[in-house]
Amino acid sequence: MSDKKPLSSVNDFVVRFANVNGSGSASANEMFARAILRHGVPVSPRNIFPSNIQGLPTWYEVRVTEDGHLGARGGVDMMVAMNPQTWDKDIAGIEPGGYLFYDSTKPMPSTKFRDDITVIGVPLTAITNSTYTDPRQRQLFKNIIYLGSLSALLDMDPKLIEQLIGEQYKGKEKLLSSNVHALHLGRDWALQNLKCPIGLRVKKTDKVGDRIFIEGNSAAALGAVYGGATVCAWYPITPSSSVAEAFTAHCKKYRHDPETGKAKYAIVQGEDELASIGIVIGASWNGARAFTATSGPGISLMTEFIGLSYFAEIPAVIMNIQRAGPSTGMPTRTQQCDIIACAYASHGDTKHVLLFPEDPAEAFEFAAAAFDLAERLQTTIFLMLDLDIGMNHRLCRPLKWDDAKQYDRGKVMTTEMLEEGRDFGRYLDVDGDGIPYRTYPGTHPTKGSYFTRGTSRDRYARYSEEGSVYADNMQRLVRKFETAQDLVPRPLQANAERPTKYGVIYFGSTSPAMDEAIGLLEARGHQLDRLRIRAFPFHSSVASFLAEHDFVYVVEQNRDAQLRQLIVNENGIDPVRLVPIVHYDGTPITARYIAKAIGDHQDHLKVTPLRKAVS
Amino acid sequence: MTYIAKPKFHHPGLKKNELGYTHRDYEGKISTLCAGCGHDSITASIIEACYELSIEPHRVAKISGIGCSSKTPDYFLGNSHGFNSVHGRMPSVLTGANLANRDLIYLGVSGDGDSASIGFGQFAHSIRRGVNMTYIVENNGVYGLTKGQFSATADRGSKSKKGVTNTDNAIDLVAIALQLGATFVARSFSGDKSQLVPLIAAAIGHKGASFIDVISPCIAFNNHAGSTKSFDYVREHNDAVNRLDVLVGRDPIAVDYAPGTVQVVEQHDGSKIALRKIDADYDPHDRLGAQTFLQKHAAKGQIVTGLLYVDPDAEDLHTHLNTVETPLNTMEADTLCPGSAALDKFNASLR
Repeated sequence: MSDKKPLSSVNDFVVRFANVNGSGSASANEMFARAILRHGVPVSPRNIFPSNIQGLPTWYEVRVTEDGHLGARGGVDMMVAMNPQTWDKDIAGIEPGGYLFYDSTKPMPSTKFRDDITVIGVPLTAITNSTYTDPRQRQLFKNIIYLGSLSALLDMDPKLIEQLIGEQYKGKEKLLSSNVHALHLGRDWALQNLKCPIGLRVKKTDKVGDRIFIEGNSAAALGAVYGGATVCAWYPITPSSSVAEAFTAHCKKYRHDPETGKAKYAIVQGEDELASIGIVIGASWNGARAFTATSGPGISLMTEFIGLSYFAEIPAVIMNIQRAGPSTGMPTRTQQCDIIACAYASHGDTKHVLLFPEDPAEAFEFAAAAFDLAERLQTTIFLMLDLDIGMNHRLCRPLKWDDAKQYDRGKVMTTEMLEEGRDFGRYLDVDGDGIPYRTYPGTHPTKGSYFTRGTSRDRYARYSEEGSVYADNMQRLVRKFETAQDLVPRPLQANAERPTKYGVIYFGSTSPAMDEAIGLLEARGHQLDRLRIRAFPFHSSVASFLAEHDFVYVVEQNRDAQLRQLIVNENGIDPVRLVPIVHYDGTPITARYIAKAIGDHQDHLKVTPLRKAVS
Repeated sequence: MTYIAKPKFHHPGLKKNELGYTHRDYEGKISTLCAGCGHDSITASIIEACYELSIEPHRVAKISGIGCSSKTPDYFLGNSHGFNSVHGRMPSVLTGANLANRDLIYLGVSGDGDSASIGFGQFAHSIRRGVNMTYIVENNGVYGLTKGQFSATADRGSKSKKGVTNTDNAIDLVAIALQLGATFVARSFSGDKSQLVPLIAAAIGHKGASFIDVISPCIAFNNHAGSTKSFDYVREHNDAVNRLDVLVGRDPIAVDYAPGTVQVVEQHDGSKIALRKIDADYDPHDRLGAQTFLQKHAAKGQIVTGLLYVDPDAEDLHTHLNTVETPLNTMEADTLCPGSAALDKFNASLR
């Protein structure tokens, strides 16, 4: 008997599925999330998976959120506990008054049990064993059967799930009908044997609008297609592999010559990350738009070439889908921990452009823009996603493209320009913006050729170890980086309802949790102005924001407050005024976490000093 | 300044090739390598080969890594774009460049340190991918720029200038290239220009991965008794399997060489390689036979030179990737971007 009233909520709860990696549960769990979306209710799902193919625990969490909060919430209202290995931990994570859904074929494992949750048992194994003889079918359909039972418990419309199954198995009638059958097996058993619905319910509404449901990696890959990338070289590494895989799929759809069937792209799986970035640099040097996708360990391997890109001024685009480091760290967990490594990658004095999209829509836009920036600035551009954006489906605004847009190929001196007698010095700053002209190989029989090298050279690309020549070049690179400030996406500021001397800076995948946290903080009486940083180098408005506030919280998902370090380093600000709010256990940061950390700090600031109180 | 420009004046009566270019048009800056360096002889052979083929110099992209050998692209084809990348990574940079524009000629210059050690992986993978390139290793068995350490191609038992004996086995890049599927494999000696020039010319005409290992003695650190990469040693142990000439397709083909049999190999671009076989049994179309032949002679301490293997019908990476004939670097938004209508459909599929 529960000693707490069961949770009751419509369109606002968290369901977590605890499964075993390789059990085939992923598609059923994702279908659950999509089915709720079809009810018009926003969802925010997240995969929590191990670095393993089969056998280790995996979780899939679906936040059902009529208010549209897309960050992780924290806590679990209903646990679908399908993995005995994690049973105790899973049960411990259920909110008071929450629900436990389990396979009741066998007796409940002996454990010190909780009295404040509602236990719902469905004999899933018994149902599958009596229906299917094939072991694999028994395993796979068990997932659809619990989906059916949940649909009854949560009062979902089965027709919407049938519609999804129909779309998934279009043209495969046998699979379609067997999945629908399994769905109803679970649903009918629940309706006949359990009290349905429970306190948690899904009710049709229209809160999704025209938003789309897509993973960040897929959106970024499509951005590369729209941005004109023709060469992709990559080496498999979680969580970035799906960028290259999605790029391949998008190119097969959009980039084949209709007459010849030939490819207007080239994708090479390199032998390692070094080769991948080398191919990108070779292709970009030769005038093609090229990119690679990787994660932290790949960035480590690429740094020598990144330095070459910076110093020899060759465009390159690197999509870094960050995971928890250092070293192998937690390969399948999310973090924003490569900020410093990417901003200053390679030896010597270097600075690189970083872009921080907040969701798949921006991942698409920034990915496409990265190629313009790379060619305009003739340097490496990092698109900084993380696992939370890259490998999870997110609701976001529809992707948009302006058909009038042409690619910005940067300063390229053509045959005609050379024929006109234009002075070509590969590293000559003719416009004062630090950006020189380049030529593509093969441009002209006698003019415009030059030798690209990672060693020092003069403005006409002639090898030189003269100190003044080297310093002149390095200063021009600083000018170029300053030029970049006005080319990259600007920060977005949102002010509190009332004037405040406190601000918060955040970026990337933290965004939805931050948006929600602001509401929680306001409820506690705290007003904060917000600045979402979208790129490095920092626009001058970052310095202005810092100057306008006594204290600015910097929220990020790494241990060492890397963005804060970068802001301090680049703005020369008193570090005391930047308060780090960090979260780095590999799970996505939540609104609850941010609100508590900032709220507690704010409460502390509001304590009246004793000296004032007694005077 | 360590940059040395070459004087621009030249003899007005210099001989011109079909395109009207003279040798000087294929030269680069003055070499800063040691006097007598084998690499300079290879540079001269590259210049000669490109002149004879009447290549437009600016249609060549010359790419290298780091090291003595990798400096050499600055010394030939001064009107070509060059790229001195990072140590051992020439093959990936060349691969990318080739993917971007399949219309240029790609000349990769590397060294034994570059290709057999730090860049061994990149060497192997560019070969197995069949990148359309001429990959020349200027092989002196020693690290010259860092003053005399053994490289991975130094033979076991050979001695350094300081008298140290190499106890590691040598990597034979030719044997590896054969095993990896290179479709044009040759070895030569920097001091044998009559063999090397046509080999380079034939390799440039070959569509696919062409590999030439050129033994190139280091005059400063590896040209002493006990070295197996010295001028004297290579001259004494050189065993050529064939001599060849390259006949460009537009010329009338007249094969009348003696002594020995002559075999004509027609390549993809229409050029013909006339092989004057010195070893009557040697068949350059037999990959397995080439591997065996190489190993048998290596066991006897002989350095086999000549065209060791060629597949005249080779395919390249672009064929494998089924890429369009138009160079990818010439394409703009009107060709590459699917547009907003396609995006609207894509959005609709995600709801």
